[in-house]
Amino acid sequence: MSEKIWVYVDQFKGEALPASWEAVHAARALAENLGGGVTALVFGQGVESLAQTAIHYGADEILLADDSTLADYRGEAYAATLAKLASEGKPQAILFPTTTRGRELAAMTAADLKVGVMPDVTALEVQDGRIVATRPVYAGKLLAKVVSRTDPQIFTLRVRAFGKPALDESRTGTVTSVEAVLSEEEIPTRVVNYLQSEGGVSLTDASVIVSGGRGTSNNPSLTPPPDITDEKEQEIWRAQQGFKLIGELADTLGGAVGASRAAVDAGYIPYSHQVGQTGKVVSPDLYIACGISGAIQHLAGMRTSKVIVAINKDPEAPIFKVARFGVVGDLYDIVPALNEAMKKRLGK
Amino acid sequence: MNIVVCVKQVPDTAAQVVVENGQVTWGDAPLVINPWDEFAVEAALQLAKEHGGSVTVLTMGDESAKEAIKHALAMGCKQAVRIEGPADADTLVTAQVLAAAIQKIGDVDLVTFGRQAIDGDNGVTPAMVGRFLGWPVFSLSATIPEIADGVVTVQRATEEGRQVVEGKLPAIFSFGKDIGEPRYPSFMGIRKASRAKVPVWTLDDLGLSALLPAVSWPEVMNPPKREITTEIIEGDSPADIAEKLADKIMAEKVL
Repeated sequence: MSEKIWVYVDQFKGEALPASWEAVHAARALAENLGGGVTALVFGQGVESLAQTAIHYGADEILLADDSTLADYRGEAYAATLAKLASEGKPQAILFPTTTRGRELAAMTAADLKVGVMPDVTALEVQDGRIVATRPVYAGKLLAKVVSRTDPQIFTLRVRAFGKPALDESRTGTVTSVEAVLSEEEIPTRVVNYLQSEGGVSLTDASVIVSGGRGTSNNPSLTPPPDITDEKEQEIWRAQQGFKLIGELADTLGGAVGASRAAVDAGYIPYSHQVGQTGKVVSPDLYIACGISGAIQHLAGMRTSKVIVAINKDPEAPIFKVARFGVVGDLYDIVPALNEAMKKRLGK
Repeated sequence: MNIVVCVKQVPDTAAQVVVENGQVTWGDAPLVINPWDEFAVEAALQLAKEHGGSVTVLTMGDESAKEAIKHALAMGCKQAVRIEGPADADTLVTAQVLAAAIQKIGDVDLVTFGRQAIDGDNGVTPAMVGRFLGWPVFSLSATIPEIADGVVTVQRATEEGRQVVEGKLPAIFSFGKDIGEPRYPSFMGIRKASRAKVPVWTLDDLGLSALLPAVSWPEVMNPPKREITTEIIEGDSPADIAEKLADKIMAEKVL
C-alpha cells in the first residue's frame, strides 16, 4: 500500500462541482499528516483543464481518463476504470465529494474492490496511521466515529464541511493519462439527454438559505383570484405569495429557497426545496426560517447552520430554541421589511 | 415481471435518538418502514400493475423487522422474505447478502430501493448490490421507469437537474420523493398482511459463510450541545424590527 491519498473530482459538462475542491483540500490535509501525496482522478471528455485546476488547488499528480465513453457520467463505466486504477495503485484512501455522482461512484468502487465505504463524513483524523471519520447518523441526531479495516479506505465528504482551498497557480504537478476500461459496447447504459432544473442556487451548496413553512399560507388578508374557488387551491395560492417574499429575500442575500416538509407535503413548493430528515441536510452560514415551527425532522436537517434566524408568530415554536436571533411576528410583515433593510446594507 | 423491493425497519422520524450509557436508544418511539422505502414499494407496485407480475419484499434483519414487511405487504406486495443477517453488518455485508438473496429468488427483472435508510444514512447499498449482481444501477430515479422490449428509460435526479438514461433489464433502481406520494395501506391489505407467513432465510440458505464487516463504529456520540442564547428582536414596527435584525445579521459577518 502506498501512502497516497486519492481524490475524485466530480464534474458536469467539464465544470467541477465546488465540493470537488473541498475534497482536494481534505486530501491535502491527510497527505500532510500521513506523509504521502495527493492524486486527483479526473474523468470525462475534454477535461484536461480540470487537471491543472486540481493541481492548483493542491493535487500533486493527476490520473486523467479523457475518453468519449466517459463524456457522460455513467457509474458502470466510471467505476470499472476507477476500481482498476485503485487495485493497481493501491492508495491508502480515496475521497469523493458527497454529490449524487460521488456517492454512487464511491459505493460502486467499494463493491468492486470489496472494501468498506463511509459516506457523507464531516471530519477526518489520523489515529495510529489509520483514518478515522466522523459522520452524522440518524439525520445528525447522533455522530458516529467510523473506521474501515480494509484498504483503500473510501470516504465521501459532506459538502461544505471541509472548506475550500486557496487557488495557487504556481503549483505544479504531473498529469498521467490513463485508459477507460470499458468500451462503449460494454457499458450497459446510455444517456439520452439532460433536463435542466429551474435554476437558482443549489440548496446543498448555498451559503445562505431562506426557508418557508406552513406559516406561508397563513395570511387571511390575501384574496385569491376569483377563478381559484377550491379551498385547497386557495391555500396553495396564499402560500405561494409567501414563498414569493421568501424568494425575494433569498435573491437579495444570494441564497437558495428552502422549505419544511409540511410546506412540501401541502403542495406549496416542489420537493427539491425540502430541508430535513427526508429532504436535504444543509449547513449554510445563514439560515432564515420563516413560518417554520421546527419539528425535530426539520431541525435535524439544518441545526448545524452557523447563524439561524427564526421568524414565527408563535413564541413557543421549537425553532426559537436553535435560533441565534428570533422575531415573534408575521412573516408577511417581517420578511419584506428585512428584504428592504438588507438591500440597503448590501447596496442592492 | 418479477420485482423485488428491499426494505428496512428504522425508528420513526419523530424519534428522539440519543446515546445513553454508550448505547443508541430511541425510547419508546415506534419502529416503522424506512420512509424512503415506501417510495420504492410504490414504484414497484406501479410497475407490477403496468407490466404484470408480482412484487416480493426483501429485508435483512431480526424478527423486529416485521413492521416494515407488514407495511409493504399491506401496500400491496404479494410476498416477503426475511433474511436473518449478521447484526454487525455494514453496507458491504448487507449488499452481498441482498445480492445473494435476489439470486436465490431467481428470475428477478427489477429491484427497487429507497434512496437511503434514515438510520445509517449511507445511501450506498443499492449501487453496491448492483455491482455484486453485475446489473446496471439507476440511483435516485425521479420517475417511474418506462419499460419497452426489455429497455428501460428513467430520469435520474442530479445537482444540475435530470439525467435521462436508458439501459437493459435486469436492473437496480433507488427512489426518492420525486415520484409522488406512496399509497396508504388498505384495510384489506392490512388484514392480509397480518396473516402473511414470512419465510426466513439464513446465510447458510444463501450459500454464504460468515461475512466480516469492513466498517465499524467504535464510538457513537450525541452531537455537541450548541451554546445558544436566543436574542429576540423587538421593535415598534416591522420596519424597526427589520432594521435591528439586519444590523445583527451584518455583525455576524456571514454574508
